[in-house]
Amino acid sequence: MHTTRDQILTGLSIIGLFAFLYWAEGNATEYQIRLLNNCAIFITLAVSYNLINGICGQFSLEPNAFVAIGAYTSALLTMSPVEKQVSFIIEPLIWPLSVISVPFWFSLLAAGLVTGLLAFLMGFPVFRVRGDYLAIVTLGFGEVVRVVANNLQNITNGPLGLRGLVPHTNLWWSFGFMIFTLFFIWRLAKSSFGRAMKAIREDEVAAEAMGIRCFRYKMMAFTVSGFFEGIAGGLLAHLITTISPVLFTFFLTFNLLIIIVVGGLGSTTGSVISSVLFVWGSEALRAVEEPFSIGPVNVPGIPGMRMVIFAIILVMVMIFARQGIMGRGEFSWQRLIHLLKKAGNCLRSGRWPFSLLNI
Amino acid sequence: MALFSAKHLTMIFGGLMAVDDFSLELKGGDLIGLIGPNGAGKTTAFNMIAGNLKPTQGKIFFQEEEITGLKPNAITRRGIARTFQNIRLFQDLPVIENVMISYHGRLHSSFVGAVLRTPLYNREEKEMRNGAMVLLQRVRLADFANERAGALSYGQQRRLEIARALATNPKLLLLDEPAAGMNPNETQELMDFILKIKEDFKLTVLLIEHDMRVVMGICRWIKVLDYGATIAEGTPKEIQSNPQVIAAYLGEAGGKGIA
Repeated sequence: MHTTRDQILTGLSIIGLFAFLYWAEGNATEYQIRLLNNCAIFITLAVSYNLINGICGQFSLEPNAFVAIGAYTSALLTMSPVEKQVSFIIEPLIWPLSVISVPFWFSLLAAGLVTGLLAFLMGFPVFRVRGDYLAIVTLGFGEVVRVVANNLQNITNGPLGLRGLVPHTNLWWSFGFMIFTLFFIWRLAKSSFGRAMKAIREDEVAAEAMGIRCFRYKMMAFTVSGFFEGIAGGLLAHLITTISPVLFTFFLTFNLLIIIVVGGLGSTTGSVISSVLFVWGSEALRAVEEPFSIGPVNVPGIPGMRMVIFAIILVMVMIFARQGIMGRGEFSWQRLIHLLKKAGNCLRSGRWPFSLLNI
Repeated sequence: MALFSAKHLTMIFGGLMAVDDFSLELKGGDLIGLIGPNGAGKTTAFNMIAGNLKPTQGKIFFQEEEITGLKPNAITRRGIARTFQNIRLFQDLPVIENVMISYHGRLHSSFVGAVLRTPLYNREEKEMRNGAMVLLQRVRLADFANERAGALSYGQQRRLEIARALATNPKLLLLDEPAAGMNPNETQELMDFILKIKEDFKLTVLLIEHDMRVVMGICRWIKVLDYGATIAEGTPKEIQSNPQVIAAYLGEAGGKGIA
């Protein structure tokens, strides 16, 4: 209908985003840039996690494993041999990893491919079960990866983790890759393959009966999701420059789950909006973990209070707005323009802006 | 040579013999009815044919190839489509996409091609959409193409299920109680519709139905199951007067005639 107009608007928004990034690179504080990077990486993670959980409807809990594998792969490939020798104090790193040092882009690609391959191999046993069982099996896999990372001293350096990574990840890397992920998954979800995945979500028996190879498409969603999460892991590693197994506990998965559920399971744009809210919210809510006083009463800071609040938000969403922000719908320029027009009319006629809520 | 044959199919669930020694042959263009009281094993027989259940014993052949134990999607792609007794649409997807999904099994584009929107993919997508639209017109749902499938009325959902099955380009269509929950007018319409698509799409139809008017009205041959066993088969006339069938439906001392 309005394809050309929508394409132009999307193109302009991307140009606008990059213009903003260009400005931010020079003018924003280090802290703000860090937040922007976090935003981009969380969007990438949430959108790819949403592919398997929301679009294909396979409730799985493994992204912490994929992010960990991607982060370790990419970190081990970019660290310089000298740095590796210094870091691995308990047991030396095995050959050939101990001598390899490759460019950043190559390490990211490798992270994606290794994670994708692992997702593919893992898919064979995992997709023999479905529903709650799938969730439990993938949750177990996440734990296995973390425990292995903790104990495989001569590869992961155990609980000490990897330190002193070069902070390669900048706004261009994180946002560039975010745009690529969004493009890929958006196109995939809107294609015949995405339709097949949605059919599996809606009714697997019927999808099989219509000639859809359900197992193959679950594998496809899982592998693609693993590939993108792996690269995002590599970007994350080179953003925070120190990685250790404690970073990749179930909490990471839990956060992503909150993001995609609040955004609306199955909605790519919902995941984007919700990721931004989450990253911003985590920072804004730092206040609740700090000591504060109400009049004469002094409340000591409670670390982890943010998680309590997020959990409450999740419960609220489940009770009052199970569809999340976007439901299964997607953002479209048509809807935005419609909304803006309505807002304009409301303002002109002087009515309460609340009437906007009945779109 | 028969288009389809099932030989001595048996399905045992634990200690329950759900279907016992079920044999069936279909020639191209047949329209055969499968009847029997609730729990007789009709749907189990269907599920074995469509690949949802693997028969405990017996073999199934379609177009001279054995298809026993294949996955449902493989069986569908060979040309056997089905509808479900309790409607199983993709509720949250638009009506037209419900039908388009059935074309996916025959897509030539790879998924990278689909992401890159290659000319081949764009052409195939267009063909799928047009094909689905034509089918929707056939079942008078074209006006609802962009509605959610779950928002359709019961009768419309039944018709959409048939359209979706037709989109897989079947040679054999399995209809599981297509007239369930329909009023007499709708039932009459459905009968005409089945006969019409059978001609237009050169289908062979196997039908489970409780509504005797439908079965007696359109089937050439009827097979009656009770407690998993085949108790009778014959033309509608023969079945109507078969004492065993009457006994199965109405009990030993039961009444006079069904239908």
